[in-house]
Amino acid sequence: MNGFPYLLILVFLPLVGAGVVAAMGKSPARVVKMTALGFSLVELVVAAALWVAYRHSETGAGGGTSLPNTTPSFTQTFSVSWIPTFGIHFSLGVDGISLVMIALIAFLVPIVLGASWEERLPQGRTIGGYFALILVMQAAMTGVFAATDVFVFYVMFEVMLIPMYFLIGAFGGVRGTYAATKFFLYSLIGGLLMLASIIALFVASGRVPSRVAAGLGGTLDWATLRSIAHEIPVSTQLWIWAGFAIAFAIKAPLVPLHTWLPDAGSEAPVGAGTLLVGVLDKVGTFGFLRICLPLLPAASTKLAWLIITLAVIGIIYGAIVAAGQSDLKRFVTYTSIAHFGFIALGIFAFTTTAISGAVLYMVNHGIATALLFLVVGMLTARGGSRNIRDYGGVWKVAPLLGGFFLIGALATIAMPGTNSFISEFMVLIGTFSRHPAWASVATVGIVLAAVYMLWIFQRTMTGPVAGAAVVDPEVDAADPFLPADGDRGGPVLTAPAHAPAAVKLRFGDLSKREIAVLTPLVVMVIFLGLYPKPVLDVINPTAARTVAQSCHLNPVPAAVGAKSGGYSSTSTITEGTCQ
Amino acid sequence: MTSHLLGAELLAVAAPLINPDAAVPSATGVAGFAGLLLLLPVLGGVVLLVGGRRLDRVGHIIGCATVIVAFVLGLLIFLATAAANSADRVHSLHLWSWFSSGGLNVDLALRLDPLSLTFVLLITGVGSLIHIYSIGYMSHDPDRRKFFAYLNLFVAAMLLLVLANSFISLYFGWEGVGLMSYLLIGFWSDRPAAATAAKKAFLMNRVGDVGLLLATFLMYKELGTTSYAGVFAGIGQVPPGTVTVIALLLLLGACGKSGQVPLQAWLPDAMEGPTPVSALIHAATMVTAGVYLIARSSPIYDLTPDARLVVAIIGTLTLLVGSIAGCAKDDIKKVLAYSTVSQIGYMFLAVGLGPGVYALGIVHLLTHGFFKAGLFLGAGSVMHGMNDDVDMRHFGGLARKMPITFWTIMAGYLAIIGFPYFSGYFSKDPIIEAAFSAGGARGVILGGAAVLGAGLTAFYMTRLMIMTFFGEARWKNLKSADGRDYHPHESPLVMTVPMIILAVGSVAAGALLVYGNRLVNWLSPSVGAYEEPHLPVAKIVITLGTLLAVALGVVVAYLLVGRKPVPVTRPEPVSPLVRFARADAGGNAINEALVARPGVWLGGALVFVDARGVDGAVNGLAAGLGGLSGRWRRWQNGFVRSYALSMLSGTFLVIAALLVVRFA
Repeated sequence: MNGFPYLLILVFLPLVGAGVVAAMGKSPARVVKMTALGFSLVELVVAAALWVAYRHSETGAGGGTSLPNTTPSFTQTFSVSWIPTFGIHFSLGVDGISLVMIALIAFLVPIVLGASWEERLPQGRTIGGYFALILVMQAAMTGVFAATDVFVFYVMFEVMLIPMYFLIGAFGGVRGTYAATKFFLYSLIGGLLMLASIIALFVASGRVPSRVAAGLGGTLDWATLRSIAHEIPVSTQLWIWAGFAIAFAIKAPLVPLHTWLPDAGSEAPVGAGTLLVGVLDKVGTFGFLRICLPLLPAASTKLAWLIITLAVIGIIYGAIVAAGQSDLKRFVTYTSIAHFGFIALGIFAFTTTAISGAVLYMVNHGIATALLFLVVGMLTARGGSRNIRDYGGVWKVAPLLGGFFLIGALATIAMPGTNSFISEFMVLIGTFSRHPAWASVATVGIVLAAVYMLWIFQRTMTGPVAGAAVVDPEVDAADPFLPADGDRGGPVLTAPAHAPAAVKLRFGDLSKREIAVLTPLVVMVIFLGLYPKPVLDVINPTAARTVAQSCHLNPVPAAVGAKSGGYSSTSTITEGTCQ
Repeated sequence: MTSHLLGAELLAVAAPLINPDAAVPSATGVAGFAGLLLLLPVLGGVVLLVGGRRLDRVGHIIGCATVIVAFVLGLLIFLATAAANSADRVHSLHLWSWFSSGGLNVDLALRLDPLSLTFVLLITGVGSLIHIYSIGYMSHDPDRRKFFAYLNLFVAAMLLLVLANSFISLYFGWEGVGLMSYLLIGFWSDRPAAATAAKKAFLMNRVGDVGLLLATFLMYKELGTTSYAGVFAGIGQVPPGTVTVIALLLLLGACGKSGQVPLQAWLPDAMEGPTPVSALIHAATMVTAGVYLIARSSPIYDLTPDARLVVAIIGTLTLLVGSIAGCAKDDIKKVLAYSTVSQIGYMFLAVGLGPGVYALGIVHLLTHGFFKAGLFLGAGSVMHGMNDDVDMRHFGGLARKMPITFWTIMAGYLAIIGFPYFSGYFSKDPIIEAAFSAGGARGVILGGAAVLGAGLTAFYMTRLMIMTFFGEARWKNLKSADGRDYHPHESPLVMTVPMIILAVGSVAAGALLVYGNRLVNWLSPSVGAYEEPHLPVAKIVITLGTLLAVALGVVVAYLLVGRKPVPVTRPEPVSPLVRFARADAGGNAINEALVARPGVWLGGALVFVDARGVDGAVNGLAAGLGGLSGRWRRWQNGFVRSYALSMLSGTFLVIAALLVVRFA
């Protein structure tokens, strides 16, 4: 609780920003938007400073070679008593896993705001309201990742729903209300189950021998719960675990709890959808890492088979169903369901490589999906349709749009050289060393990913120019394909008045604003594909710690194990500490 | 935190391994600049793509210059290595640490040894020639700059593939060439056939990639490393059954990339790409990567005769399937494509016959690189002069209209059929001999099939020569698909000079490489020492038998095709054998029946299940349970209040519950 309060600022600055933006009311839209963007950029700077401070404290504490077990779990901690009766503190802190997620949010929000700059909003909605809600989302999401008290985690988890609910319901597409309600109901059920588990956890923590002996009651402080995790009986852990796991499996989402996501993701406005799929859903997989593995290790070990099964089914199932979609945005959400399968698989493989890979996957997928989702949004804004059949040969008409789409597609199918390859590879190789059969089935997912992605690319981007991209040369002989109108930006959305009814919408290539929005994402895709070390250096120690906290040892290669008389490749700790 | 837990956490991070990579000496001198081999073409490609239209005028110059400079650098490194003592020809060059986690450490590092340097020369040498040729071939294409960008990036990825020092870095290059192949096959992206062929190529490659990935995973599980040095040092400790599995998984990857049975059907379709692409990627370099992979993994294959036998069988099957299908095609590029399939079959046969003869596969790979690239460039030159037509039934009598093209193709023709003292004769015959020396029934079957393949090769190549260059000038009475008359003409110098250089290579390369076992001895630090096969009969018998088969193929082709006018349309009906060959020897039908149709069906079924089943069940459940659908509507009306209320009640609930627990 010393030093600069980075986390407090990161959580509350966007809230202040949202308040300011919402209060600006009648100000010119441009000023409102610049204000929101300004807040998000300051947030990004603070997040960068936090990153630097974290790295500094990490190397400083142990003289540069600190082992993960010699340092406390969290740094940059902040804590004030909140509900003293139950020992609940409003506590924040970061470890390697939450730091990269917080940085991801801070990186994505300015991009999302930039991408939503000229969003066409439903009647009666203002851009100020839209941007304010996104900033509220940012605050809540940052809060979830920074929470070090299970109750704070829960509150943030629930608060996060509110802005997203309005973003989908009030700013979304024609079926927005349906999608928002579905999103809300799913989340409500998950939230209630989690609530029950939290109460149970509180009770159980008050009954473990060490706390009874010391005359202490229940607690929801993460570090305390961690220290008594092995004392909670397995049978109790299983029930508590189930409530959390269902909540997280809805959020992540794992098949068969996934059907809210395609509706929510496709009806949400593009910016909100990007944050939904890119970040908000990762709260589910993050919950597995933060709550299930360290606090309920025995249950996590016992029921890992269940999550692994669902994860592998999700990888295959999500990919196949994605290939069959006719709606571009629904397509992107189904690809994400397949990717969430990889993340969950990596987490429950309990190896450092797989868990590091899963965390890196959460970051990389956030970046890659943002790229893909935003490009798809720019495409559908031009064509006025989300239906794949309304497009054809776009690459010819809008080469830049096609090029960015291609890079997003390649990142989605984990092409080496893009960031996603590293994380997918780490998940698979890390899982293979413990569960060769499951990892092998999951590897088939790389073929299916290529199937759905290349098929979409072929149908929308290649072939003869068709559908929404068609331009009648008779009408606009002077400017055939409408050169990118850089200064004004944005697509031309209505057919010219003199055009005959048969002429479809005109199609411009990306504007300068759109290029500026997408370029940072592409840079990150390639940079993290070639040199992920800065991020992995942050993740690895925490991942190794999480493996240990889940009571597992990394498998040792058979040849090495034979030499050193070491462990078999599936050995787990069976000492008293880990039931 | 309790003390035993500390121990566990310590163990979880500790999986350090001995590092055999350190045993490979670092590259010094000119080899220390090997990173530039990759950097130059990458920079070229990126600059051309990012630079956009303003570089249209100079794009081809940048594209050619970077590859030519890379060739010169590669040559210097080659010479420096060749000058060194034969024990000091394997070096590594560390670029940067790519990623690491737990026990996994992956460096981007290069392995400079005789095998990789041989490939560097092939890739940059033939690559330079094809770049130059493309200046002329693509001169009228508005996207020529983009073409050169892709071509540059392909060269970079291919160089990474052969220079990588671990299976993971190899995979980087492996996928990179696959991507560039995809983009270049589909270069004319507004043609649906090109887009479909590109996708097909990528997908069938990915099927193979699963094999390569799983092999890598298995190596890591067993040995804790994926670098060549580490794997080859430890592979002896791995149980034999596992070694065989690794070898077979690698073979699956090799089959995908190299168009071997059962993953061969994409390669002929890949001819939708511009012809220089067919020459560089789909004849000389990328498709031979499978052979490279097996030769590179020779320490693994050395230990598993079973897997080697499978390699040899796959190669034999492929060389037959390819040459049979090639006999019936009328599209000049498809004939050459099936010819490539079949020639790579010979290379697989050779590497499958190891140990001791892996190098023969590489020798044939190099000579094939020359003559097949030359044949493709020649075919491109014919198309250039014939309104981009590829149907040999429309050709005829072109020898006098395009003499340089004719003579360069003639050199390639003599080389590929194995005419004495042309390069194919030097590189293919040793493979046939090695096949016979496998002994017993195995030797007779493999060797016999290889001889039969030689005869079929002579047949389809002679047929190609006759239909294109001899006989009646059928084009005189025809119009091309775009309604123009044919005016066959010779191509400009920028195209013919590379063709001439490759033709010289087709004639001379065999003698240069093979005499005194020059190449096989040079490769021995990489793939093991060469052993002369023990022949069951005198060498001259096999040589004469092979020549007899070749002569038969030529004569039969002359009798069937050369003595009567070639019909302008395909004759129908034909015998079942011809029908079989026209239908790609069953390749596509098998893919359709086994993969494509079930896949489409499963996709449709799952989409239905997802919409009606999973989601329907959820919605139905919601509707069923206490009339939720009614409430659903109410929520829609006053969602603000309702949500606030439910949040509030949730919070109350938790506090109430906590109070109960606290005071119970």
